[in-house]
Amino acid sequence: MSHRFSLARVRAVLIKEFIQVRRDRLTFAMMIGVPLLQLLLFGYAINSDPKQLPTAVVCADPGPFARSIVSALETSAYFAVTHKPASEAEGDQLLALGEVQFLVVIPAGFDRSLQRGERPNILVAADATDPSATGNALSVISTLGRQSINRELSGPLASLKTNEDPFEVRVQRRYNPEGLTSYNIVPGLMGVILTMTMIMMTALSVTREREKGTMENLLATPARPLEVMVGKIIPYVVIGYVQVGVILIAAKVLFEVPMLGSLALLAGAAGLFIVACLAVGFTFSTLAKSQLQAMQMTMFFFLPNILLSGFMFPFRGMPEWAQYVGSVFPLTHFLRIVRGILLKDNTMYEVLPHVWPILAFVLVVSGLALKRYKMTLD
Amino acid sequence: MSAVIDVRHLTKAFDGRKVVDDFSIRVEGGRIHGFLGPNGSGKTTTIRMLCGLLTPDAGEGTCLDFDIRTQTAEIKKHVGYMTQKFSLYEDLSISENLDFIARIYAVPRRKEVVAKTLERLGLATRSRQLAGSLSGGWKQRLALAACLLHEPKLLLLDEPTAGVDPKARRDFWENIHQLAAEGMTVLVSTHYMDEAEQCHELVYMAYGRKVVEGTAGEVVDRSGLDIWEVTGPDLPKLSRELRQLSEVEMVVPFGLTLHVSGRNHGALEKALAPFGQRSGLTVHRIKPGLEDVFISLMDKSVDNFG
Ligand SMILES: Nc1ncnc2c1ncn2[C@@H]1O[C@H](COP(=O)(O)OP(=O)(O)O)[C@@H](O)[C@H]1O
Ligand SMILES: [Mg+2]
Repeated sequence: MSHRFSLARVRAVLIKEFIQVRRDRLTFAMMIGVPLLQLLLFGYAINSDPKQLPTAVVCADPGPFARSIVSALETSAYFAVTHKPASEAEGDQLLALGEVQFLVVIPAGFDRSLQRGERPNILVAADATDPSATGNALSVISTLGRQSINRELSGPLASLKTNEDPFEVRVQRRYNPEGLTSYNIVPGLMGVILTMTMIMMTALSVTREREKGTMENLLATPARPLEVMVGKIIPYVVIGYVQVGVILIAAKVLFEVPMLGSLALLAGAAGLFIVACLAVGFTFSTLAKSQLQAMQMTMFFFLPNILLSGFMFPFRGMPEWAQYVGSVFPLTHFLRIVRGILLKDNTMYEVLPHVWPILAFVLVVSGLALKRYKMTLD
Repeated sequence: MSAVIDVRHLTKAFDGRKVVDDFSIRVEGGRIHGFLGPNGSGKTTTIRMLCGLLTPDAGEGTCLDFDIRTQTAEIKKHVGYMTQKFSLYEDLSISENLDFIARIYAVPRRKEVVAKTLERLGLATRSRQLAGSLSGGWKQRLALAACLLHEPKLLLLDEPTAGVDPKARRDFWENIHQLAAEGMTVLVSTHYMDEAEQCHELVYMAYGRKVVEGTAGEVVDRSGLDIWEVTGPDLPKLSRELRQLSEVEMVVPFGLTLHVSGRNHGALEKALAPFGQRSGLTVHRIKPGLEDVFISLMDKSVDNFG
């Protein structure tokens, strides 16, 4: 009896594996596709030192110093002046909506105060819900201001040129004054966890029926596709809400994340988001031939979701094309809704702009699912 | 009343390959119709077209007087379909499975009906057992029970007894006969000859086409087969020898004998005569059985379509 290690047997297994991998198109695509996707996303889309962040500037002083600060902001790499609201209140609104990352307010009488050496204040309010998006930008802003002012201070005003700042930058980290990353991550996790579990559970629940052959029996009964879809989805909606509850309690108790906004509004938005995920899962289940394929599709969808939605890396830091791609995902919008409601006390008015894209996504995807889900085995 | 199943010229192709080709069948009420043919001949596909699970590429007809193309929802309400592969939920118990099916069909007085069905098929004592842990025979009983809950008028049974022990098969067929006596129409596919012989009528299919139909007796008579039984030592060698003869169409081992067949009766008799002279060999004519007929049909259809 020879039971030595046999290279011939290794070869047999090796050849069989190669044939199987080649036959299994989706696995093959995953093995090539996932690294490629990661390479592209990490290489081109993701930027942990985001630049060109949208900024609103309220400049209440028409003088040259104020203007030079504005133009310094405009030319700097970190800021992109996208809005020039008329008042500070308007600027606050833009921050709350998430339209801009920063609000810079140069008060009236700035130039005069400066010339008198009174060290006037400039207000820089940052949306600090994602501290990693604002950190570097905030650290350059005072240098930026000093350099531009010093250039202006020539001739008779040169005496004002000092090593001390001629004005003071008051930084407000709105919504997350201590810059705690957990404030950003924990609410975000709600969307990420829901995406993962909801999509996977529904995708598997239908493919399991097909793989086990029970689908044939179900199709031979008078049950209609919509009845099956609704019947299958409802339990997962309930599970989704349980997850939301668990995450919220953990956020409150363990991480002390503030919960400023309306929980009812959050529950409504979560419901819509859960439905969006279930619709994706159901669509995958109509495409996948096996449970393994359903899992693979889920992973393939999940990866760009967490990378491009603003969960792991600042959304504003990504190039425009990546932001467009990210905007398609319901997760991107749901993250803004959750962070908005919990941290910024967003109301219906601020939440609505993020609801429409999710709604549109749900309609398109469930239309696709119902079209793909067949009453027959054809 | 017209036939329970009456379909004509059914055709279905998968990936450009015709799996069912111009198939017609009529099944009268209250009869047990046997559906035979080698694996892959298109029996399952045909049954699926009958109960609305597949749409035929061509052909038309009715099942329970409902159009198989447009009235599949009605057909599904009145047909009991037992799939070839067990297709109930293995992680549900027997009674949970039956409850589920009964709810889907909106069976009135559900609890009563489920209890009665459990009783009738002798499943009552195991009703809490998970379907996945049942043996083949019990799974098949459960599947039959699930088909009967909504009191269908037609049963489509796709190889219901494959992989089931002989005792369970006999019990199963007793049930089928009982149901037919009560007026149920049954179309049942099978590979077992003893089961085929129990059917009122048979249809044999090969490569998607109907090859022959009729009662067991008619099928045998029409085959025109002449079968000779040959016994003796070293059957494999004998078999090789016999195959050389041009008069011999087929040599099939049947246990310790060989069944030799040909179409030209006189010529075959003459060709076999020298073998009868050899010591230790016996050669005599026998009446062909269904199995002989089907083996010969299978052999020929390869020639025709293969
Ligand atoms: N959904 C399908 N897609 C492609 N080919 C199929 C499909 N269903 C059946 N076939 C093929 O059709 C042929 C007939 O199959 P089937 O009807 O199951 O035969 P039978 O039940 O007589 O064994 C087989 O060759 C099978 O591989
Ligand atoms: Mg079959």
